Amino acid sequence: MTSEQDTTLFAPSGETRAAPQAARLSAGHWVLVGVVAIALVLPFVFQGFVVFQLTEVMIYGLAILGLNLLTGFNGQFSVGHGAFYGLGAYVTAIMMQRWGVPYYWTLPAAGAVCFVVGVLFGLPALRLQGLYLALVTFAAAVALPQLLKFGPLENWTGGVQGIVVDQPEAPAFLPISADQWLYYFTLVVLLVMFAGAANLVKSRSGRAIMAIRDHPIAAAAMGINAPLYKTLTFGVSALYTGVAGALGALAAQFVAPDSFSLFLSIYFLVGLILGGMGSLPGCLFGGLFVLYVPNIAQAVSRGLAGAVYGVIMLLVIFVMPSGAAGFTRLAWAYLSRRRSQ
Amino acid sequence: MQRLSRRTILAAAPALAFGGPLVTAPARAAKQYGPGVTDTEIKIGNTAPYSGPASSYSTVGKCKTAFFNMLNAEGGINGRKINFISYDDGYSPPKTVEMVRKLVESDQVLFLFNTLGTPTNTAIHKYCNAKKVPQLFVATGATKWGDPEHFPWTMGYQPNYQSESRIYARYILEKHPNAKIGVLYQNDDYGKDYVRGFKDGLADKAKSMIVSELPYEVTDPTVDSQIVSLQSSGADLFFNVTIPKFAAQAIRKTAEIGWKPVHILNNVATSVGVTLKPAGLENAKGILSTFWFKDPTDPTWKDDAGYKQWLAFMDQWYPEGDKTDAANAYAYTVCQTLVQVLKQCGDELTRANIMKQASNIHDLALPMLLPGITVNTTPTDWYPVKQMQMARFDGTRWVLFGPVLTGAIG
Repeated sequence: MTSEQDTTLFAPSGETRAAPQAARLSAGHWVLVGVVAIALVLPFVFQGFVVFQLTEVMIYGLAILGLNLLTGFNGQFSVGHGAFYGLGAYVTAIMMQRWGVPYYWTLPAAGAVCFVVGVLFGLPALRLQGLYLALVTFAAAVALPQLLKFGPLENWTGGVQGIVVDQPEAPAFLPISADQWLYYFTLVVLLVMFAGAANLVKSRSGRAIMAIRDHPIAAAAMGINAPLYKTLTFGVSALYTGVAGALGALAAQFVAPDSFSLFLSIYFLVGLILGGMGSLPGCLFGGLFVLYVPNIAQAVSRGLAGAVYGVIMLLVIFVMPSGAAGFTRLAWAYLSRRRSQ
Repeated sequence: MQRLSRRTILAAAPALAFGGPLVTAPARAAKQYGPGVTDTEIKIGNTAPYSGPASSYSTVGKCKTAFFNMLNAEGGINGRKINFISYDDGYSPPKTVEMVRKLVESDQVLFLFNTLGTPTNTAIHKYCNAKKVPQLFVATGATKWGDPEHFPWTMGYQPNYQSESRIYARYILEKHPNAKIGVLYQNDDYGKDYVRGFKDGLADKAKSMIVSELPYEVTDPTVDSQIVSLQSSGADLFFNVTIPKFAAQAIRKTAEIGWKPVHILNNVATSVGVTLKPAGLENAKGILSTFWFKDPTDPTWKDDAGYKQWLAFMDQWYPEGDKTDAANAYAYTVCQTLVQVLKQCGDELTRANIMKQASNIHDLALPMLLPGITVNTTPTDWYPVKQMQMARFDGTRWVLFGPVLTGAIG
């Protein structure tokens, strides 16, 4: 049974374990409140482009969250989530620029389209496991940029030229810049979607999803409808990443086939693993890594940026083998132990 | 992107005669500085694909850095050193946006110079114009960069696709007025740009002269069937708008089926090594195309003063660079054009004046431009290089012929 191996591969440290409840929960809530409070202040501390970068971090974090639901929680591998991200971005761009739909309505549409495509994609995925599924999703990531350039679709997609997207302006009554507005808009979407994901994971369905990851046969024996949950997880995962793509189109104000190359999918995977599989907050760390580490690498050495990137990645994995989330958990446990001694 | 870069490379080679600008430097007026300028420094921003799928074009960025190192070692411009900040965007438009915003808002550069790529420049087009930051001499061959009315902060550099195909149209009207033309083009903005310029150039004769017009997709395995159809349409002149891979196929197939049209090949695919050798040099004999800068691999320029100047630069300042790569000749030339603009600015180094001076370059001859080709702009003509010269492939190399031609729009 190959999924035996998968189980060890995907099992995150802790998430399914019964947590030492009450005290940690409330502490977690305080941390959450603190983080949100800081997030609310940040746009007034930093200048425009840093606000833009932070917006992108949240967007990548959201995309990685989508991938995490699939890979971290359900144990299905995807190397092609950049395709869903691109799809969401194009839905937004086409609706806004071709049909004149206000930007906020394009988000649910992008999510819905990606959900449907994700479910459809999940159907053949039922028959494929582990590396084979990874290959199929890989194909999606390779195909998307070409499909976007495909002749018959060009009237919508704009072909290689892409589509320039108007930046959403802040409502007139708010004295903030467009960058700050998009930041808060993204923050709200992010919080709503994180709350949704947290609830999903804690729910009966969430337990079913994780049970399928941990032991598919046992899960099926307990009466869990594995095919249904697997396809739905694929859909929800695509939805999350698609909404992130829609936000990404608003932030970059431009979509083109070159924006959604294979590298994007790989970066999501890197962000997922370094952030921590099966951890929700870890996704934001993944977003930070995806955005900032290439910049750090090229600041160290432009000629060796790729090598520096690799070294940083190795160091992160060495120091935090279970991702940022696992590291935080271990550090927290260590500190509490010290305190109680 | 491959196409763009090749275009960049081909388009790219002029150099700047330091001593010979025809425009006299303005009298030193009161100093006026925009962001990023001090008495000793001018900050210039750039993005280039140092990593990612288009990283073969990274040499354009590296060569420019080497050029400014040389310039600074020689004392800079009017006593100011150039601080050239070039970031990697991996040819990803969202990353370009991020990096350009960093350059403008954090590094506070005076302007952006020769940012590379069509999608990447499109992504920052609106931003630069809203922020009123010059996006000067962008490294792409698309036609849309010379639109001062709508985008007064963006200027292209090399001859664009439409200009080039107008030159072919003029040549055809003059030499083959009764030709029956078959066109093969790549079905995207690049191919369509060429065809548009071509039809504009033929004007009212386009309808009667073009007997067949066939597209191909980049994803097609071959263009063999298109070639056969073009032959059977009765065309006796073949306008070949393809990237190197398909150009090679087309040239080979044309010879195979014994079709002998007058064959015009777009500049994008003129590389002897990449296109013509795989197609068979014998098959490529007699093909026509255009050039605008000196091909560093062409032995014609072996003893040319401009070529030697470029070679000396490469040897001393960019020894690791590939001397057969025309992109390095391009980078050298575009940098020299910038030097001219900055000299003209004198001590009034504001963003507005950068654009003003960039749109007032007159007859600037540069070492690596073909003899007779000069850089020219006016406040309404924002296509700095628009002249090209036709060439015929003689079986081993391209031989220039005829006068320098202008195909510019407007």
